[in-house]
Amino acid sequence: MRATYLVLLAACALGTLPLELLLHTRVYARWRRWLLAVLPVFVLFAAWDIWAIAAGQWRYDQRQMSGLVLPGGLPLEEALFFVVVPTCAILTLEAVRAVRGWPVGDEPEPVPELGHR
Amino acid sequence: MTYTAATAIAVVATVVLDLAVLRTRLLRRRAFWTAYAIIVGFQLIVNGVLTGRHIVVYDERRITGLRVAYAPLEDLLFGFSLVAQTLIWWVWLGRRANQRPLARKPTGPGSAPAAPAAPATAPAPSPRPGEPDQR
Repeated sequence: MRATYLVLLAACALGTLPLELLLHTRVYARWRRWLLAVLPVFVLFAAWDIWAIAAGQWRYDQRQMSGLVLPGGLPLEEALFFVVVPTCAILTLEAVRAVRGWPVGDEPEPVPELGHR
Repeated sequence: MTYTAATAIAVVATVVLDLAVLRTRLLRRRAFWTAYAIIVGFQLIVNGVLTGRHIVVYDERRITGLRVAYAPLEDLLFGFSLVAQTLIWWVWLGRRANQRPLARKPTGPGSAPAAPAAPATAPAPSPRPGEPDQR
């Protein structure tokens, strides 16, 4: 089925959406920060993927994919993977913070190693 | 280079990014490892589908051959690097926004492709204690 990989990505994106809506993780709401966090990872891992495909480390079964390929030989689904998975990761971290209240290091209070005021 | 070697380098680079370059120290946080434990469970499912259904096919000569839920062991390291680096940047951006106007250390060339040199947005109101980043 050509949509197999796309369905898998949609399941990841939709499956984590309740975290934003119910736990108020505010990841999509802080969309600038979200995009800036995903961007460097997207660039790095898409480049890695393109290199690995060119080097023959792995290949894709286009019969289970849309067939759309971006410049460099990167399948559309792979590019989306590097947006969807990082997004799910951020939502999970923020969900853990929302539920447990554990700090992650970006809290407004001066942290000891930076507090030089 | 083998996929095995590439993933090993990525893990080391991830640790260096967190502890030395951005100094986010996220890898020392309970919140990170709890989130990662949840993520890795779902990663095994997604990777299991991608490799078990042969959507992605690996060159057996470039991997160790050790597999977890159909996927090469290397995929776990790849996934760790992908997830951890994303969260490191996320926390770094939040810290930068929440803890200004502390002196900002300039980052090395090429280490922060997404970081604007100066706030491009309107001057942010001074963060009130206990209030999360509103941007």
